[in-house]
Amino acid sequence: MSLTDRTAAELLADLNARRVSSAEVTQAFIEQIEQHDGQVKAFLRYDAAAALKRAKEIDQRRAKGLPIGLLGGLPVAVKDLICTQGELTTCASKMLADFKAPYDAAIIEKLHAADAVFLGRTNMDEFAMGGSNENSAFFPTSNPWNLECIPGGSSGGAAACVAARMACLSIGTDTGGSIRQPAGLCGVTGMKPTYGRVSRYGLVAFASSLDQIGPLARTAEDAALLLEAIAGHDARDSTSVTTPVPPYSKTVREPLKGLKLGLVREHFGPGLDGEVEQAVREAFKVYQSLGAQVKELSMPHAKYGVATYYIIAPCEASSNLARYDGVHYGYRTDVAKMNARLADEAKQLQAAGNKAALADLDNSLVRMYRQSRAEGFGPEVKRRIMLGTYALSAGYYDAYYLKALKVRRLIRQDYDDAFKEVDLIAGPVTSTPAFKIGEKSDDPLAMYLVDLYTVSLNLAGLGGIAFPCGFSSGGLPIGLQLQGPALEEERLLRAAHMFQTVTDWHTRKPPL
Amino acid sequence: MGCTFTRNTNMALIRQDVEKVSLLGRLLLNPEELDRLTTQLGGIVAYIEQLAELDEEIKAKQVQPMAHAVEMTNVFRADEVQPSLDRAQALANAPQHDEQFYLVPAVLGE
Repeated sequence: MSLTDRTAAELLADLNARRVSSAEVTQAFIEQIEQHDGQVKAFLRYDAAAALKRAKEIDQRRAKGLPIGLLGGLPVAVKDLICTQGELTTCASKMLADFKAPYDAAIIEKLHAADAVFLGRTNMDEFAMGGSNENSAFFPTSNPWNLECIPGGSSGGAAACVAARMACLSIGTDTGGSIRQPAGLCGVTGMKPTYGRVSRYGLVAFASSLDQIGPLARTAEDAALLLEAIAGHDARDSTSVTTPVPPYSKTVREPLKGLKLGLVREHFGPGLDGEVEQAVREAFKVYQSLGAQVKELSMPHAKYGVATYYIIAPCEASSNLARYDGVHYGYRTDVAKMNARLADEAKQLQAAGNKAALADLDNSLVRMYRQSRAEGFGPEVKRRIMLGTYALSAGYYDAYYLKALKVRRLIRQDYDDAFKEVDLIAGPVTSTPAFKIGEKSDDPLAMYLVDLYTVSLNLAGLGGIAFPCGFSSGGLPIGLQLQGPALEEERLLRAAHMFQTVTDWHTRKPPL
Repeated sequence: MGCTFTRNTNMALIRQDVEKVSLLGRLLLNPEELDRLTTQLGGIVAYIEQLAELDEEIKAKQVQPMAHAVEMTNVFRADEVQPSLDRAQALANAPQHDEQFYLVPAVLGE
């Protein structure tokens, strides 16, 4: 078995036993990237020399018997919206194409302390806005299972690189499903921790009440290891929780006795693909064979999740993205050309005698903001800024944003009620397997509905995990999602691992 | 700059509103984009309108808005100066600066 086929847990055991060096492991993944990323395009950039240098430094420390961090020299790929000092952090946007972060994010500090080797930066939907990775300003990423299909988004690159064995561990972010959905579509294991479990300090903000950083890997055991490395309170993130971090990597293998799984009636509607439904129902049977009980329940506000999310997220995004104004960092328009055009516009309005329009004409500063942003942002980002600005504007704030926050509480109440009856909720991650690149590009609302099964968890602020539970007749992965009460990551990981001890969907390899 | 909207009970988004929003959002949209966004945003807003189905329930239960997933309050730190970015670091990504300040186009006669 080649090194890249081994799980992170297996590689870590090899590394700790000195059967293999971090340099050898890192080199193996670099070769895999060189061989396959031309097709998959999961990475925006990677620095092989820097990675190997770091790997060798860890190897030397290990040889001297010095203490080694939890990740012990394992390579980790990171989604390109997490600030790393001195490195490009582009968010897959022209707006930040040249932006070098002046500080390390909290999780980068933690990964460094854990002795991770930074493998490269993965592609994503621009500013994490999207569900297909097609909104990257640079290029789309392909699903390793079918290169004509999307890998999902916005952590498409992070999911694809793990599926294609170009990395054994990757870091993604999840605001409306952006870890779980691509994990489901690429046949890997991806987790969104409870809101506040992982520090957002240094994470480029999209929607501050929804964003969370989380792990992607091929197994729950590996995801547990990575989560343990990045979780924890951080004083610099005032939304970060102080609850101590359990030893996820130690407890993940312990099965759960008497697990009560919830099956949500509303999940099985007309839009659900027949093969996805079948695979998900089979997964319930697998859990029953492991001693779990299945209880049917209702989450009456489930259908309002997408509408609620597509008010709250764009509203928060319109506020968070206001900082990109071409002043302090990021793209600035060609000011000379801009001023020339403004002068022309003024001349025309003057000649037409249009005093009102002339008075309203942008001054240079406002025009600089408007043009820099128009040129620096892609269409989806602009669409969400517009939607959010509209929904927050006076006259609409109560009807949209405030109402959405109230529906959010109703959605959270559904979860609280459900968890009085069951330990975890299980169900689909997506309505269908991966669709073709370009298939939904013209219909933003159809694209938003792809998030149907994932957004409610972000609204409620709870934790969830996705992992493969089958394949479509077309050979595309089908994912199962588990959702849990606040701060029950251990329960989610143990339940996912249980499933993976009696199934082998997660071991399948894409035909690259 | 103030910009209020009279709630359009017709609900169809009009191009004029979209233009106003583009100014609020500091985006410069060309006519083709304005048209496209008017249609697309109109469709999305129409979809979002379904939340009105919950008006009665919200009223009956007196549901409070939930802005935060984790109900924490007043997470303060001591009011002490902590190190932050030095000037060079803060200016490093600036499109235009003079070693001291960020430089922007002059706004004259305002």
